[in-house]
Amino acid sequence: MLFLIVFMAVPVGLLAFYTFFKRGRFGGVVFEPTLDNWAKLFEPLYVGVIAQSIGLALVVTLLALLIGYPMAYAIAGLSPKWRTVALIAVVLPFWTNFLIRTYAWILLLNNAGWVNQWLQGLGITDEPISMLYTPQAIVVGLLYMYLPLMVLPLYASLQQLDPSLREAATNLGATPWRAFRTITLPLSVPGALTGSIFVFVPAMSNFVIPELIGGGKTIMIGNLVRDQFFEARDWPFGATLALLLTFLLVLVIVAQAAVSRRLTEGPRRG
Amino acid sequence: MADRITTEAPTTEAIRRAEPTARPRLARKPRGILVPLWLGYVFLYLPILIVVVMSFNDSSNLFVWRGFSLRWYPELFANEALMQGLVNTLIVATGATAIATVLGTLLAYGIQHYTRGGLIRAFAIAPAIMPDLLLGIGLLTFFSLITFTVGLHSVIIAHGVFATAFVTAIVLARMANLDPSLEEASRDLGAGPVRTFVRITLPQLAPGIVAGALLAFTLSLDEFVIAFFTSAPTQPTLPIVIYSMVRFGVTPEVNALASILLLVSIVTVIAAQRLTRLTGSTR
Repeated sequence: MLFLIVFMAVPVGLLAFYTFFKRGRFGGVVFEPTLDNWAKLFEPLYVGVIAQSIGLALVVTLLALLIGYPMAYAIAGLSPKWRTVALIAVVLPFWTNFLIRTYAWILLLNNAGWVNQWLQGLGITDEPISMLYTPQAIVVGLLYMYLPLMVLPLYASLQQLDPSLREAATNLGATPWRAFRTITLPLSVPGALTGSIFVFVPAMSNFVIPELIGGGKTIMIGNLVRDQFFEARDWPFGATLALLLTFLLVLVIVAQAAVSRRLTEGPRRG
Repeated sequence: MADRITTEAPTTEAIRRAEPTARPRLARKPRGILVPLWLGYVFLYLPILIVVVMSFNDSSNLFVWRGFSLRWYPELFANEALMQGLVNTLIVATGATAIATVLGTLLAYGIQHYTRGGLIRAFAIAPAIMPDLLLGIGLLTFFSLITFTVGLHSVIIAHGVFATAFVTAIVLARMANLDPSLEEASRDLGAGPVRTFVRITLPQLAPGIVAGALLAFTLSLDEFVIAFFTSAPTQPTLPIVIYSMVRFGVTPEVNALASILLLVSIVTVIAAQRLTRLTGSTR
């Protein structure tokens, strides 16, 4: 307990504390109280970065939902034995080194990379399409990184679903599509919400992918924090950004908890 | 599903009788449902596959295939930066796992037995959920405030913090399934709290603790962001070495390294899967 207090609560508290002070001329912190750091967040430059981060993370989350849902649905329909295999197959890439997976995308998306070689080989394009170092590449990279985190909770909620409900719907004459829409889909919303959080939260704070796959041209909050610490040496402002990020994420998580509580309590209240 | 049809079909109830007609429609699941799954797997595995294939490439050009060769594997082991990174990573992961396993277990025990509120529980598990960026820079500022020099020891502590949270969560989950009467019996028979913990509680928690330790170790091996902020430039962990290589130009040894790491993680995941199934069936 003490260990956690010393090495978690104190550092985070310290960050919160730092946000109210000035940066030293050569880095570090000068203990003159100020609110400048918080005011700085509202400069258009930073508002833009924050909005861009939220936007990119949202796109990634939506795509993960679109791709992950059919995958989870298909896995839930498999026999128990194949289900385990299919699940392990989803999780496995997640356990391979994060940076190596990022690097793999550089091999694929580079101008001389494999996707371009295939496209030209098939005669679809004559000239290489620049894919690396674009915002789209960041989206693909983040999507690739966190897709398993979407599939797992979705699968869990689809698998818990009582099959008799769907059967009842079919017996009552619902078409499979209608049964899916009125029974399966609404009941899997909590899983979808959890998955969305799992994807959205790390996608928001990631700074490696925007740098390596995005070429540092598209800056997200994570990059900004990193730069404040290592390049600008403006620790108070870096701390402010990091706390803002955390605050946004806590907000998202609280909203998610509230929504899924309402969903699960809804039927009981009638 | 299939055998349930045959066992349940011959009931006379009217509702049940409707089933045989309804069932086939469900059982005849469209095969097309598997298409998105396969596409998903292509998306997940294609990049990895490319890396593995290219690790056997004879050319030093990353994008041109020039015949099969094993040359990058010996060169990998000759690459000092990568090997030093590997050693550092193993030291950190071992240290962090030791810290996390001991503290996580004790913390879980303490939470279960001496506290009621969810607040301390939430606090203990918080590092697992909070953005690693926040923990990383928090520790960096803290270390610099107390003028604690960074090096491998600071990464061990940092990784210990977040790994402890994972161990605590897993051990707590396992503790919830334990039968408290065993501990009560032990105490009624005159054993002190320490003896009860060592002789009764600990053996029952063992599978959870082992699972937690395994997770802590693997997470620490792969962790980049926290290490990035809390390590010294002279003693980088493997992910940090790879990061700077990817940033400034990759040599094909990385392909070989990636393939080996991939193999290791496949083996670990399958072993962990076996382990949980074993403990699951015996208890």
